[in-house]
Amino acid sequence: MSLEQFKDRNVGTQNYVKLDLDHSPTTGWCQFKQVVKRTFKPELFVGLWVTFREMINALFRGKMHTTQYPFEKLPISPRYRAIHDMLRLMESGNYRCIGCGLCEKICISDCISMETKYDENQRKEVSEYTINFGRCIFCGYCAEVCPELAIVHGGRYETASEQRASFSLFEDMLTPIDQLNLQQEYAGFGAISPNADENIKSTPLAY
Amino acid sequence: MSEVQIVDNMVDITIDGVEYKAKEGEYILNAARANDVFIPAICYLTRCSPTLACRICLVEVDGKQVYACNSKVKAGMNITVDTPDILTERRAMMEVYDVNHPLQCGVCDQSGECELQNYTLELQVDSQSYSIPDTKRETANWSSVLHYDPGLCIVCERCTTVCKDMIGDAAITTAKRGGEALDKSWKDNMPKDAYAMWNKLQKSVIAPSNGTGSTDCSDCGECIAVCPVGALVSRDFVYTSNAWDLKRIPAVSAHSSDGFAIYYETKPAGIEDRTEKIFRVTNEWNFVSLDGAARFAYDFENDTASKDETAFNAGVEALTKAETIRFNSLISNEEALMLQTLKEKKGVKLYNPEVRPFQKFLKLYNEASGASLYNGSTDTALKCDFAVSVGGALRNDSPGLKYAFNNIQKMNKGAGLYFHPVGDKLIPTFGKSVECFTHKVGLEEATLYLLLELFADKDKLPSDTKEYLASFGENELLELLGADAEAFMKAFPKMMKKKENFVLMVGEDYYGHAKAENLVKLIVLLEATAGFQVVMNPPKSNALGVALICELDDEATGYTVGYNENGDFKLSALGDGDLDMPAMNQQEGTFTTLSKRVVPTNAALDYNGYVLNDLMAKLIDAPSQTIDWTAYLPQEKGYQAMDFDDMLNTFDNAGQDNRGYLLKVTYDEVEPTDAEKFDKDDVLDGDIVYRANPPRQFNDFSDKAHQIFEAFGLYASEERAKALGEKAEILFKNGKITVDVIVDAKMEGDIVALSDFKSAENVYELFGESRYQTVTIRKG
Ligand code: SF4
Ligand code: SF4
Ligand code: SF4
Ligand code: SF4
Ligand code: FES
Repeated sequence: MSLEQFKDRNVGTQNYVKLDLDHSPTTGWCQFKQVVKRTFKPELFVGLWVTFREMINALFRGKMHTTQYPFEKLPISPRYRAIHDMLRLMESGNYRCIGCGLCEKICISDCISMETKYDENQRKEVSEYTINFGRCIFCGYCAEVCPELAIVHGGRYETASEQRASFSLFEDMLTPIDQLNLQQEYAGFGAISPNADENIKSTPLAY
Repeated sequence: MSEVQIVDNMVDITIDGVEYKAKEGEYILNAARANDVFIPAICYLTRCSPTLACRICLVEVDGKQVYACNSKVKAGMNITVDTPDILTERRAMMEVYDVNHPLQCGVCDQSGECELQNYTLELQVDSQSYSIPDTKRETANWSSVLHYDPGLCIVCERCTTVCKDMIGDAAITTAKRGGEALDKSWKDNMPKDAYAMWNKLQKSVIAPSNGTGSTDCSDCGECIAVCPVGALVSRDFVYTSNAWDLKRIPAVSAHSSDGFAIYYETKPAGIEDRTEKIFRVTNEWNFVSLDGAARFAYDFENDTASKDETAFNAGVEALTKAETIRFNSLISNEEALMLQTLKEKKGVKLYNPEVRPFQKFLKLYNEASGASLYNGSTDTALKCDFAVSVGGALRNDSPGLKYAFNNIQKMNKGAGLYFHPVGDKLIPTFGKSVECFTHKVGLEEATLYLLLELFADKDKLPSDTKEYLASFGENELLELLGADAEAFMKAFPKMMKKKENFVLMVGEDYYGHAKAENLVKLIVLLEATAGFQVVMNPPKSNALGVALICELDDEATGYTVGYNENGDFKLSALGDGDLDMPAMNQQEGTFTTLSKRVVPTNAALDYNGYVLNDLMAKLIDAPSQTIDWTAYLPQEKGYQAMDFDDMLNTFDNAGQDNRGYLLKVTYDEVEPTDAEKFDKDDVLDGDIVYRANPPRQFNDFSDKAHQIFEAFGLYASEERAKALGEKAEILFKNGKITVDVIVDAKMEGDIVALSDFKSAENVYELFGESRYQTVTIRKG
């Protein structure tokens, strides 16, 4: 791409066209006439009628269009990066996070922190996990790096809070176990591409 | 007596068309590393024997494929690291390692510093050509610290090799995996080295060598350190942190006098508590091997300290009126210098029963030999081929020298003699040419006379000594020391075959010995007439530094300030005193190691209280920081006027220890004098107690650490412990103590060992200078 157009900073020789505007009123009387003429056009009443009609429709005919925020929220694109969700495995209900710490590492605002331990089933258990949403810049790196598709961006976009630090714990972000059937596979940042299978070589297995 | 000289013959070699200088007879791999040339290698450990388990170090030398880790450098060699054939082999090897390797880098403790990950990437393995059914392998805890996951193990044998060749316990070995046999067709269809490696890999796992489920070893954790993958991890560390989250702080181990180079690895303790916490200790395992205290006794910090002004003022007052300061060897050179300055300016006494006998012994040695210090070190000992240990319980006192003693047997086709009244079952297993003498307490002089008899050039001996030596009947000394004389004399010529470098390791028993002066004379004679290099084991931590820097007194009198010791006023880094002090992991400063190196250590953890230097500032003229004292360490004792911040803290690729600097040792010509005769009936009889700690325990600080489980008590061989029962009351001449009886299965004989690591128990007072006492032991 040629950068010529960006480099030409000589604004002085360009061809400006002057608008052919009406003459402005000069005397006080002329000004008064202009105001009255502009205000009391019949369109005003057309507008008032439309408003009245819609009010009747909304209130009495059940045709309301306004979203009742904050009681009602519009769905948001899966590509939007809002407050994180922690997903569970559909089959077992177990949380997906394996405690690998990659999200913690990659986070450029350094707002993820976690503790892990060796549990009684000889597995790595995430014993504590927090994100400080006061620092999070919603870049989506954590969701992208997560090898388990465990941390994803959810739909909760209200991020205002009363304090600079505002921590969410693991439990706060985890899909409630009774809503497991409502859990959606994430299609946004870091999700598997539809043709992922074509891009990998299969490994021979001897079973 | 003079410096130990090691001269290497340097030759020219060519690697990938570039000329380098290399030590003749060095392994190609080490030569390449010393010249900063990279050759892939997994199973080789510097200072241990090559096992050829991985075969990845394949290189081409003058047109022939050899393994870089076990082929020696010859002048004019032409080495090619990568040829197309070799690259095919290496790639096949890495694919083989990845067959059935669990896909669990996500949780694995080694991730980020895993050699399997690294080489898989390095050799760009992006697909797999091989497969075989997997075998179920169960994880196991082998000891109180070891955790083994055979699923991750690549059977490189580094753990077994280091345990055998360096540590000496040989507690783990390869065992049968019970895996599926390789299909014969692979033999023709894959590179041949990769096939051979796979064939072996598929058959083995690692297991305790005693056939049980537990290792029963010294729990040094060195196997954990060398494991290239996440198969061996400490039980405490498993799944608690990723390698990349940890900050590494180069430091010196605070416990044994080896001054091992370690890294404290820290990160915030947790989500609630953001203060830094040490999660583990790591080391440059190719160049330094740690003992269990250095690796696991790290969390002894004083975390309760704050700037308590009242306590501080009380401390200033206490030091002002103090007649004596009592301390031990766990103190930096700088702090020792502060105390010494206080002595010079205010006339306080410095009382240190742990170091005082050693200091006297060094002085005697200096007078007798003309050398300001002994001439050996651990590094030079490792190059010897004949090791003799006297006066020390090698396994308990000096991990570094134990490793050297063992390594000499394994690597230098060496031989060894071990003289000690407490029988040991482990040391004879170090090698076929190791002879142990379990002699009576009191015959230490006889030991040295025997050594003169065996090694000295008799013509060089002063006449009286020569005559005295000749007065002993054939084998009289051997029999006196409890040896099977005939068998020994038959074996001895074989032990001596092709031996050139001899090292004498002198332990703490000699320092407080009633006949120390004569022992020194004999040691000097051995140096002069038998060509022994001598290395002495300073009792603990920084004992050498204290011995060189402080003028210690023989007794404590009057009002006493204790520094990590009992006293009328107690300065304590344990958090239990009248004024808090920083622990060794919370302060910077230098240590003087057994190898006579002045090494810097750094603070790993925060400390919020006052330090000794603050007290000094009130009492005498003190610079603003502790490390400002470093450049003023006494030069007449061999220290240099080097600033702390100018000191290096690294090893180079050839393994050269570049930490700090070496003490300057001066050698004056002194004619060795005659040694005195000894009384062979002057031996201890009856119930004998020996002052010695279990391995991994050195002081209150190692005891405070949560991964050190060795208890304070009376250690005894299995038989003796059975006879003693569970508790014993020991009556000394000047007091008594009641302790638990604990079995040390590696001890032999009737002498029992009483721990001294708890300063509150005042065991040093019970014993006095000698480490052996005749006592009455009652069932407690
Ligand atoms: S979105 Fe970005 S800033 Fe926020 S937690 Fe994830 S990585 Fe960190
Ligand atoms: S990246 Fe994913 S699996 Fe790893 S710790 Fe974060 S949420 Fe858990
Ligand atoms: S040992 Fe290495 S390759 Fe294997 S799971 Fe652990 S980090 Fe990954
Ligand atoms: S446990 Fe580690 S060091 Fe030992 S053989 Fe296995 S991979 Fe190698
Ligand atoms: S490093 Fe040479 S065979 Fe493994």
